[in-house]
Amino acid sequence: MSNYKPIGGKLLTKPFIVMMALAGIAGILLLQRFLFGLGAVTNLSDGYPWGLWIVYDVLTGTTIACGGYAMALLVYVLNKGKYHPLVRAALMTSMFGYTLAGISIFIDVGRYWQIYNILLPKYVNLNSIMFEVAFCVTTYILVLWMEFTPVFLEKWATPKAKAKMEKIIFIFIAFGVLLPTMHQSSLGTLMVIAGDKLAALWQTGWLPITFLLSALVIGFGMVIFESYYSSVAFKRPLETHLLSKMSKFIGGVLVLYIIFRYGDLIWRGALKDAFAGDVNGWMFIIETILFIIPLIILFKEKLRNNAQYLFWAGVSMVLAGAILRFNTYLVGFSPGPGWHYFPSVSEILITLGIISAEIMAYLVFVKKLPVLPVIEHN
Amino acid sequence: MNIDRKQFFKVLAAGTVATSGVSTLFARERKLLPKNAVGILYDATLCIGCKSCEVECKKVNGMSGVFDTKLEQSHNVSGIWDGGNDLDSKTLNKIKMYRNGTSSTKDKETNGYAFIKRACMHCIDPNCVSACPVTALTKDPITGIVQYDKGACIGCRYCQVACPFNIPKFEFDKALPEIVKCEMCKHQLDKGGIPGCCDVCPTGASLFGPVEKLMKEARRRIKAQPGTKYRYPVSSLESGETQTHTVQKYISYIYGEKETGGTQYLILSAVPYEKLGLLKLPEKSAASTSEKIQHTAYKGMIAPVVLLGGLLYAAHRSTKQDSTE
Ligand code: SF4
Ligand code: SF4
Ligand code: SF4
Repeated sequence: MSNYKPIGGKLLTKPFIVMMALAGIAGILLLQRFLFGLGAVTNLSDGYPWGLWIVYDVLTGTTIACGGYAMALLVYVLNKGKYHPLVRAALMTSMFGYTLAGISIFIDVGRYWQIYNILLPKYVNLNSIMFEVAFCVTTYILVLWMEFTPVFLEKWATPKAKAKMEKIIFIFIAFGVLLPTMHQSSLGTLMVIAGDKLAALWQTGWLPITFLLSALVIGFGMVIFESYYSSVAFKRPLETHLLSKMSKFIGGVLVLYIIFRYGDLIWRGALKDAFAGDVNGWMFIIETILFIIPLIILFKEKLRNNAQYLFWAGVSMVLAGAILRFNTYLVGFSPGPGWHYFPSVSEILITLGIISAEIMAYLVFVKKLPVLPVIEHN
Repeated sequence: MNIDRKQFFKVLAAGTVATSGVSTLFARERKLLPKNAVGILYDATLCIGCKSCEVECKKVNGMSGVFDTKLEQSHNVSGIWDGGNDLDSKTLNKIKMYRNGTSSTKDKETNGYAFIKRACMHCIDPNCVSACPVTALTKDPITGIVQYDKGACIGCRYCQVACPFNIPKFEFDKALPEIVKCEMCKHQLDKGGIPGCCDVCPTGASLFGPVEKLMKEARRRIKAQPGTKYRYPVSSLESGETQTHTVQKYISYIYGEKETGGTQYLILSAVPYEKLGLLKLPEKSAASTSEKIQHTAYKGMIAPVVLLGGLLYAAHRSTKQDSTE
């Protein structure tokens, strides 16, 4: 069993204070949102009913949070125990990512005071992809906190309680893999019903598969990114050897993604739209390049074993998946001529505030709780 | 151990693939028109653009004008009908105009003009109903009217993303917002009346009736010889009231007959439908595709349960190893 411990250190650093300010500003703007309605702070319209909050905070946010999913899959299910040191940090980001996504949904939803309707049997609509997503995400947030309990117990409870929890934790781990598999794919299916309003470069029945695979890609990208970040920021040794071994597995997922995504585009004859020279075309090309970069790095052993390259592969993977989501939900989505959307300053500030809150929580947790692995000799 | 694992992977892979919905290639069966479905036939060649329907729509639905400013409301008089630029959260129907060149002749594509009335199409296979996570939008099993229940709605606006006609509108300007859409004046129908817009239409351009009969009426009009006289029913098929007008050269297609699985709001026109802002849409609804994907993946919940079983086994084995290590 790997050992973890809090890394300690001062909490109120300068960046931390800046983030507190950002979160504060977001708080004030949120007050405005709840008092005067969504229109008061957002640029949302009847044509573009979903904007930055849904696409970044919810979609991209939960996917970035898929580090926990990706690692749980690798460590527990594929039984690659040697990656264990990375699990807790990944799990924790998932927990925050999803919790904040949950909060973002609450903010975004117009009739938030009856949001619990989604869990009432009398209102269930099994045809609705949104119902499945909402139900899974809610359950997953609970599961993530349960998966994380050993960390709390390690700190505050008796060893006995911890041991008990560890006996049943496998149940939560299993759900922790099942639920994201379900909802990350459904987050793709969600747009199928938009029909022709979504450009052919993105509209396909394979959306669930490409979204699921790209969620894994982002998840692993995040694990790489985070482990580098924590090694630089907290002066910890790099886990390159672990990461580079893991990257073979990631490479496989990437290849699968590319086969589905581009195979489908060719099959439907939609690939030509990429060269139309319009915004859609260019955004598609950027998306594609971002998926290709990590593929090259991961398949060249020399590059893969180089910490810097691996880092950029991780960043590129995260960006690729994020752009895929922005493209599918905003860039490629057009309700018809006359409608436009670009997030308002307030919308952006609220998103920044939410990201700040997430990073602050991360810092508090790694500094105060046993999350990161104990540094071993080198 | 090794064999065990291989087997387990097979199960896992099967579960994963099924869970994420592989059979995406077919849509489910088309939905059928409810038995006593009611609808509206809008004949653009009869419409004179008077907007009486807009006024009455606001009146019977108790909605304020879009430009209802403080000044307009002074002395206790207020604007009652001013609509927005397009359908919006205060405007359930909207008469729009097509103009070309000199706009001299009605119902002509070049150098002509024509009107078009937009409102909810009351789809036979509505995307909005399929999309709504809390069943706030439902299709009445008898009349087929697509109606809204604010007590259920959580305001997620997925219906707006899903509707191919951009019909559901949301009150972005309110702290406690609702979705707003035409419900075919079901409160009027309950009282034995007919939709406000049809009730006041002076020419019969908006005509209420059972969808099947409206469809027959529409076909008859298309078949009628252009230039001849035709007795057009006014307000509703059953009103008994008619007016005689000259038949225009109709496009020989009823908009709404097939679009996105068919609609209960049908449109006739002499000007091509695209010119009136009516999109070409596939014959099967997007809902039929997305439901098919979903129900294939979750059929009897078998795939998720199998996957869960595999995962439980794997996670159990691996955590046990952890603690014995
Ligand atoms: S037109 Fe739109 S809102 Fe009306 S029934 Fe069809 S999908 Fe629903
Ligand atoms: S906004 Fe309301 S009516 Fe529309 S899909 Fe969401 S819950 Fe249903
Ligand atoms: S049926 Fe009623 S609500 Fe719908 S457009 Fe006509 S008047 Fe308005």
